[in-house]
Amino acid sequence: MLEYIHKIREIASDLLKKKEVEMVIGFRKGTVPMMNEPTFVNRPEDITALAWDSHCGINLANYLPNRKEKIAIIAKGCDSRNIVTHIIENKIQREQLVIIGVPCKGMVDRQLIANRSEGEVLEALEDDDNIIVKGHGFEKRFRKTEVLQKNCEICIHRNPILYDKLVADKVEEQTDMDRYEDIRRIEAMDPKEKLDFFDKILEPCIRCYACRNACPLCYCPTCFVDEHRPQWVGKSQDSTDIRVFHFLRAYHCAGRCTDCGACERACPVGIPVRLLTKKLEKDCLELFQWEAGMTIDIRPPLDTYKPGDPDDFIK
Amino acid sequence: MGLEPGRLQFSWVSSAEAIKFVDVVKEVTSIIRDLGPNTHFAKKSFEVVDKDLQTTGTE
Repeated sequence: MLEYIHKIREIASDLLKKKEVEMVIGFRKGTVPMMNEPTFVNRPEDITALAWDSHCGINLANYLPNRKEKIAIIAKGCDSRNIVTHIIENKIQREQLVIIGVPCKGMVDRQLIANRSEGEVLEALEDDDNIIVKGHGFEKRFRKTEVLQKNCEICIHRNPILYDKLVADKVEEQTDMDRYEDIRRIEAMDPKEKLDFFDKILEPCIRCYACRNACPLCYCPTCFVDEHRPQWVGKSQDSTDIRVFHFLRAYHCAGRCTDCGACERACPVGIPVRLLTKKLEKDCLELFQWEAGMTIDIRPPLDTYKPGDPDDFIK
Repeated sequence: MGLEPGRLQFSWVSSAEAIKFVDVVKEVTSIIRDLGPNTHFAKKSFEVVDKDLQTTGTE
């Protein structure tokens, strides 16, 4: 996957030179290891800033809404599905975009690697199958498949859905996996158990809203949590307020979430935020046979009405 | 998400269906009465304030 970068730079610099786009949205090395950050490249001579490795977990579609210029954007499978969602929701026009598709073999979970290392990770290297981390007095090697982000482990759309250029041949999609084992376990709990379970996983939340900021779907001019006239949700650390925030945010993502994992990756206290969005993703699949971001030609289930929509819950 | 079954109900009642409306209201209120006050989504801090007020009230 490392060799992608040459092709990415080649395509990006070509587009900039020919003035087909005004900027390229991609990744550059972060100031700390395993934390690549988004970057906007406007000039062909800056193209070497672009980087690609197994730490590009951030969803770049987050930087598209309401942009007016012509943009080239680097997109993994999940990013491309979120770009589709943006186009459907009219946050960006298809004609504005040159999508540089990157077939993805999964991004690694930096928190997991940090937890399994004996000290602070100061350098991270990788070859095709392994991640090698170094710090003061230790060096450790991880098989990439063992430290993948949880959403990448169960990803079934590694190849971009919508793209103009592809940096490499498509990779094989993962099949035959149980995507919703954890969700079914929660569904089987009784109400009190569920309440206690959610309180337990949400307890460390500090209401920093990093999950919201990392999410490409959260582009409202004023988020419901910031609104105070009217104030929809309490701003305290009370467990009810925390629960209301997380549940409501998840509901706003229903039928739109692509399980890109940006929220969970961004969380500084390790809350499994995806458990909430994944339940809604499962419901959309089961009730409407819908997977978000797979086509720009069909309206999503929650912004259209069909006579056959399930309505057993209405008496 | 931790709500008891029956706490949240949906019904489609036309403005011409007065009888159905009455039936729905009766049914919902009876179910909710059996369930008792909502504790799962009520702020705990309010309980504390209430208790404080009650103690000051009786003194």
